[in-house]
Amino acid sequence: MDDLKVFSVNGPVVTVLNAPELQMMELVYVGNKRLVGEVIATSREKTTIQVYEETTGLTPGEAVRGTGAPLSAQLGPGIVSNIFDGIERPLRELARQSGAFISVTAGAGAGSLDGAKLWDVKITAREGESFSEGQIYATCQETQLIEHRMMVPPGISGRISYAAPSGSYRVNDVVVRLELADGSLKDLTLCQNWPIRTPRPVRGQIPISMPLITGQRVVDSVFPIAKGGTAAVPGGFGTGKTLTQHQLAKWCDADIIVYVGCGERGNEMTQVLEEFSELEDPKSGRPLMERTILIANTSNMPVAAREASIYTGVTLAEYFRDMGYHVAIMADSTSRWAEALREISGRLEEMPADEGFPAYLSSRISQFYERAGMVATMNEKEASISIIGAVSPQGADFSEPVTQNTKRFVRCFWALDKALAYVRHYPAINWMDSYSEYAEELADWYKRNVGPEFLTYRQELMSILNEENKLMEIVKLIGSDVLPDDQKLIIEIAKLVRTGFLQQNAYHAEDAYVPLAKQLKMMEIILYLYKSVKTAIAGTAEDQRSNLALSEIMETGIFYEIAKIKYETPNDRPELFDGYKQRIDHVLEITKKGNAGNEHSFNGNP
Amino acid sequence: MSIALTGIREINGPLLILDGVSSVGYDEMVRLDLADGSRRLGRVVQLEGSRCVIQVFEGTSGLSLSNISARFLGRPMELALSPELLGRTFNGAGQPIDGLGPLYAKKKADINGMPINPVSRVYPKNYIHTGVSSIDGLITLIRGQKLPIFSGSGMQHNKLAAQIVRQANIGEKGESFGIVFAAIGVKHDVADYFRRSFEESGIMEHTVMFLNLSNDPIIERILTPRCALTAAEYLAFEHGMHILVLMTDITAYCEALREFSSSKGEIPGRKGYPGYLYSDLASLYERAGMIQGREGSVTQIPILTMPNDDITHPIPDLTGYITEGQIVLDRSLDQKGIYPPASVLPSLSRLMKDGIGEGYTRADHSGVSNQLFAAYAYVQDARALASVIGAEDLTATDQKYLKFGDAFERQFLSQQFDENRSIEQTLDLGWRLLSMLPREELSRVDDELLEQYYVHEDSGETAESEAAAGGDAR
Repeated sequence: MDDLKVFSVNGPVVTVLNAPELQMMELVYVGNKRLVGEVIATSREKTTIQVYEETTGLTPGEAVRGTGAPLSAQLGPGIVSNIFDGIERPLRELARQSGAFISVTAGAGAGSLDGAKLWDVKITAREGESFSEGQIYATCQETQLIEHRMMVPPGISGRISYAAPSGSYRVNDVVVRLELADGSLKDLTLCQNWPIRTPRPVRGQIPISMPLITGQRVVDSVFPIAKGGTAAVPGGFGTGKTLTQHQLAKWCDADIIVYVGCGERGNEMTQVLEEFSELEDPKSGRPLMERTILIANTSNMPVAAREASIYTGVTLAEYFRDMGYHVAIMADSTSRWAEALREISGRLEEMPADEGFPAYLSSRISQFYERAGMVATMNEKEASISIIGAVSPQGADFSEPVTQNTKRFVRCFWALDKALAYVRHYPAINWMDSYSEYAEELADWYKRNVGPEFLTYRQELMSILNEENKLMEIVKLIGSDVLPDDQKLIIEIAKLVRTGFLQQNAYHAEDAYVPLAKQLKMMEIILYLYKSVKTAIAGTAEDQRSNLALSEIMETGIFYEIAKIKYETPNDRPELFDGYKQRIDHVLEITKKGNAGNEHSFNGNP
Repeated sequence: MSIALTGIREINGPLLILDGVSSVGYDEMVRLDLADGSRRLGRVVQLEGSRCVIQVFEGTSGLSLSNISARFLGRPMELALSPELLGRTFNGAGQPIDGLGPLYAKKKADINGMPINPVSRVYPKNYIHTGVSSIDGLITLIRGQKLPIFSGSGMQHNKLAAQIVRQANIGEKGESFGIVFAAIGVKHDVADYFRRSFEESGIMEHTVMFLNLSNDPIIERILTPRCALTAAEYLAFEHGMHILVLMTDITAYCEALREFSSSKGEIPGRKGYPGYLYSDLASLYERAGMIQGREGSVTQIPILTMPNDDITHPIPDLTGYITEGQIVLDRSLDQKGIYPPASVLPSLSRLMKDGIGEGYTRADHSGVSNQLFAAYAYVQDARALASVIGAEDLTATDQKYLKFGDAFERQFLSQQFDENRSIEQTLDLGWRLLSMLPREELSRVDDELLEQYYVHEDSGETAESEAAAGGDAR
C-alpha cells in the first residue's frame, strides 16, 4: 500500500487514484505530515478522503497510508473530566506539546488517553472463569464520582487463561488474557477501541420509565424529558440555547455528562471548563468536572472533525452506558454539524437537496438520535443515554431543514423564543410552541414519586397559560381594561405563572436548581391563589355585594409576594409554603373587611 | 522552493488555471510576473494532479494566456511582523502604502492563523468602559470579546465606532494598548473619517491600518481581515498589548467571498453565499480572546451593514451565531434623531453576566439592566396597544410605561458624541428612569437594591407622571 499518492486537494477533501484496497470509512494518514483522514467514497478509479486537519501545504504526490481500520475512539480510564477535540485528541496534551495554538503537526503523536498514567486497578476476574461480551473484569476509580468498569469488548467471549493481580497498571498493560472458543488468545488491557460511527451493541431496549430530573421548572414540570429520551433546543442567536444546555449539564441527575461543543465558540468551552471545575455536584459535593466529558471542536477548528465530533461524543457515552451509567449528551449545536455535512457534500459535488444540505441529512440525524435510549446492557444493567441537541436555525426560522428534520426524530421540543429573550425571560422556552411526548409515559413515575396531584396541577397551569394566550389576542386590540374581572384574573395569574414559576434565575443561589417537591408546592400555591381570588371576586349567588374587585386584591401586593416565593423559600424548607396559604387567606379576609367598612368606593369594573 | 512556470490553460473570473505543475502545496502563494514588469499575487485554491487553480488577488484583468509567468513561493500567504507595525498603513494584502518603505520584519506569520486551543483560553471577564450608556449599562463590552455592530446603510455606525475607540479604556493605566483597523471594501471617505478620528484622539501612533477601499481588488478583501488579525494577535500575544480590532464592513467581505465561490463553480448555500460561510466567518471572529500566561488580549468590533436592514440575512445571522452578542442599530431610532440609535432589545452581550457587578462595575448593575430590558420590552407592547386604542384609554400603569419609554430613549440611549458617561452616571440614570414606574412593577430587582436606589415620588419627574396618570383614571 506504499504507492498510494495524493492526486487532488480541495480544502478538506483529498482524492487518491487507483486505490481499490482502501475501504469505506477507513482511517488513513495523508501526506508527509500524516494528517488524519477518513475514506468517504471510493470507486474503481478514484477514492475520496476527508481530512480532519488543515490541508495547507499538502502537495499532490505525497503518500497516503491506509490503516485497515475505521476511525475509532479509544475507550478506557482517563476520559472523564478530560477535554478532547472532534476526533478524540486530548486538548490539554496538545496544549502542553504545542502551546496555545493548535498546529497541524501537533496531533500526530498524542494518543487519546494518557499512556503513562498508573491506575489503581482492582481485577475482579479469576483464572478459569468464563467471560462473555460486556462482562466486567476489572474496575478502577477514575474520579471520585465515577468508577470505571473494564468490560470484555463486544463480540468476544472465552475462558480466562490469565488474570493479573490487582495493582497499578497503565491503560495499555495486559491485565487479563482470554482464551477464545477457537483456541486463540485475546489480550485485554484497560482500554479498547470502537469505531465511532457504529453503535455499540446492547441486550435490548427497555421502555422509558423515569424522568431526567433537571431542576428546571419549565422542563421538569411542564415539558419533561425521560432518561433515555431525546430533546431538541432550537432557537435563534441570543435566545439562550447554550445557557439552557449549560444549566441542564450542571443540574440534571445523569451520572455522566458528555458535552459536545460542535462548531461553537471557543470561549464557551473555556467557560464550561472553568465553571464546571469550580461548581459542586449537589449530591456529592465534588467538582462537576468529575462527571463531565468535554468534546470541543470549535467553529474555527477543521470542519471534518466537527462532523466526527458528534459521533465521538455518542461513542464515549455508549461506552459509559455499557458500564451501567445514565449518561446525558448535550450537543451544541447540531446545526453546525449539519453544516459540516453540507460543506463536505459541496466539496464532493453531490446533488444538493433543501438549502444546499445533502439528501442524506435526514437519515444522518435520525441515526444520531436513535443512539439514545433506555437499554439493558450486555451485562444486564439498566442504563440510558439521553440526547439533548441544540439547533441553530438560520434566521431563527423553524421551517428550515435541520429544525424540521430534527423535529421528526426527537420527542421533546423546547422552542426558544426571541420575544422572551428580549424581556430576559430565561429559560426562554416558549410554552405554546414546545411539547414533550414523554409527559404521558412519565405520569406513573410522577404519581408515585412526587404526588398524585402533580399532573393535575401541571394541566391546570397549562390551561391558564392557554387561556391567557387567547385573551391576549383581545387585549392586543382593545386593552385589558375592558375585560371582566374573571378574565383579568386569568391574565394576572398567567403573568404570575410566567414570572414566578416558568422564569428561573440561573444565577440565584436558591433558584438555579429547584427540587421537584418545591416545584410541586410552588404550583400548588399559585393555583391556591387563583382559586381563592376567583371565589372572592365571584362572590356568592345570594349576596353579590360580598364580592371583591380584582383591582382591590391587586393593590394588596399579594401577587407580587407570591411571585417572589421562588427566591424566598429555601429549597430545603418546603414546609414554609403552608404559611403562604394562610397569608393568602388572611390578605383576602382583610380586604373583604376593609371593603365592608367602605362600601361606597366599590363599583365593580372601573 | 520557487518554480517559474508559463503554461496557463484558462482564466475565469479571478481564477487562473495552470497545467503541468508539480510539487505545489495547497494554499501556497503564487507570484505572477506580467510581461510589462508588474506583479500580482495569487493563492492555490485547488489541486488536481498536475492541474492547479490559482486565485488572483488583484484580479485577472489584463492577463492573457501568454503574457505571464507564475512563480510558486513555497509557503502560504505571510505577513511581515514587528512592533513597528504601529502607526503604519498597509493595503489589504499587507503591503505598506504610507510611503515609509517596507517594514523590517522580526518574524513572518501565516495570515490564516491557527485556532486557539480552548484549554489555553482565559474566559474574558474584564469590563471595558466605553462611556456610552447603552453599551456600558446594557450591552457591556468585555476585554477579549467579539461584539459586532449590526447596522444599515446610512446609519451612524462609524461615528459610534469612533466614539468607542476614543473613549474606551482598552488597556488599564500603565498597560499598552493598540488599535488595528481593517477597512474592507469601504469608501475612501469612510477610511479617511477613521484616520482623522484616530488622529484627533491622538492615538494614531497606536494604530495599524489595513485599507482595502471599494475600488481596490475585490479578492484582496478576503485577505484584509486576516492580515489585520494576524497583526493583532502578534501585538497582543507576543508584545502583551491590549488590542481592539475594528473591521468594517464585513458585508463587503462576504460578498467578495461569494464572488470567489461562484467563479470557482461551488454549490451555493443560502442566497448564493458559499456553504462554508459560517466556518469562514468563524475563522475570523474566533481570533479574539485572551490566552493563559500571555498578557495581551484581542477584542473585536466588526461592523456590518445588514442588507435591507434584515437581521435574518445570512451575514448578520451567521455572525450572530459566532460572535459573543451584537449591538443592533435601529433605523426608526436613528430617524428620531437619537444617537447612538442602539436598539437594545435585540442587542446582547453574552459575556456581560460575568464581567459586571460587585468588583467589576457596581453590585446593582445586573438588576438594573435586566429591569430596564424588561420594562422597555413592555413599553413596546404598550405602544402597540396605544396605537390601536389611543394613549388616553390605556391603564394608568401603561401610561407610565409610555412616559418611561420616551424618557429612556431621550435620556438613556441618547447622548452626545463627546459625552463620556461614567458607569455610576449610567446606572444612576437607569434608576432615575425606573423610578418613573410603580415600585411593584420592578420585579427583576432585589428588594434591598430597590430600598437603596428607588427614587420616591418627591422627585419632580415621578410626581408629574403620577398626576397625569391620576387625571386619566377618572
